[in-house]
Amino acid sequence: MEEEMEAGVVKKFMYVNRKQPYGTVYALEVLEMVLISAAFDQDVHLVFTDDGVLQLKKNMATEGIGMKNFSKTYRALEGYDIEKLYVDQESLDERGLTEDDLLVDVQVVSRAEMAKLMDQMDVVLSA
Amino acid sequence: MSQLHTVSKSPFERTNLQSCLKLATPGSAILLYEDAVIGAMQGTSMADAVAAAAKTFSLHVLGPDLAARGLDAAKVVPGVKVVDYAGFVDLAAEASAVQAWC
Amino acid sequence: MAYTANGKTIEADEEGYLVNINEWNEELAGEIAKAEQINMSPEHWEVVNFLREYYNEYQIAPAIRVLTKAITKRLGAEKGSNKYLYELFPYGPAKQACKIAGLPKPTGCV
Repeated sequence: MEEEMEAGVVKKFMYVNRKQPYGTVYALEVLEMVLISAAFDQDVHLVFTDDGVLQLKKNMATEGIGMKNFSKTYRALEGYDIEKLYVDQESLDERGLTEDDLLVDVQVVSRAEMAKLMDQMDVVLSA
Repeated sequence: MSQLHTVSKSPFERTNLQSCLKLATPGSAILLYEDAVIGAMQGTSMADAVAAAAKTFSLHVLGPDLAARGLDAAKVVPGVKVVDYAGFVDLAAEASAVQAWC
Repeated sequence: MAYTANGKTIEADEEGYLVNINEWNEELAGEIAKAEQINMSPEHWEVVNFLREYYNEYQIAPAIRVLTKAITKRLGAEKGSNKYLYELFPYGPAKQACKIAGLPKPTGCV
């Protein structure tokens, strides 16, 4: 299948995560979309901002709410060649979090830097 | 007897908690659960407002929702009580009415 | 559909993937393999156990190219090749091996 695919244009894709992991299904849906889209070899960027930073929080224990802890899957992204993860410092600060609270390596940027980065994208999906 | 106010949405995404704190009668019980539990944590930009509210209201947060989000129950704002599901039921049973902020 | 192992009936979906991953055991894996017409050799087990470890660590079944890359890293390029894996699991290593390992169907194509 890959041979048949034309050497297509690589676009800059950005997925913007703005919600907590368990209160709604958005975080999990975006994660699945990202994993599937990894097959298309695009230039993928993942942003975690606002409450989205909580998706990457360490030490989740979901037994008590009867849901699957999918936070471990963020650590699989590297194997899918998705390594451009961004978090803004302001969102961490507002929630009393630091980079040490996050379970994957991310690039912590300012909101101003994140705004510039967003502006450079070809496709942006926000949830 | 006073009311129990329940808040389930994040105070960083919606203003349910902020409105609840403005409109609940002093002495009322307030329970934060689901995405609202981040509002109970120390160190957030909401923490001062929540600490002040804890003096006026009987503030609670649902432990299993803290744990699910990797938030440490030992680091909630002083004055906020961590409860389990049975505690949630007790709060509802003791209340004159339950108002769900959604 | 369902499998029977150790006298117990284990529920599976219409494609044969286990409904509850916690019900998996080696005997059941053998039954699933039989249904897939696969004779489990040490080489088959190596891949199945690798998948179970991967799932345990990341909570997903890997896409095939992620699987081959990860196996290459751990067990060498020969075992991480599509050819080797398709010889073991003719109907698709990700799909068949995941099924035998008790994992959900891999996310994404192939």
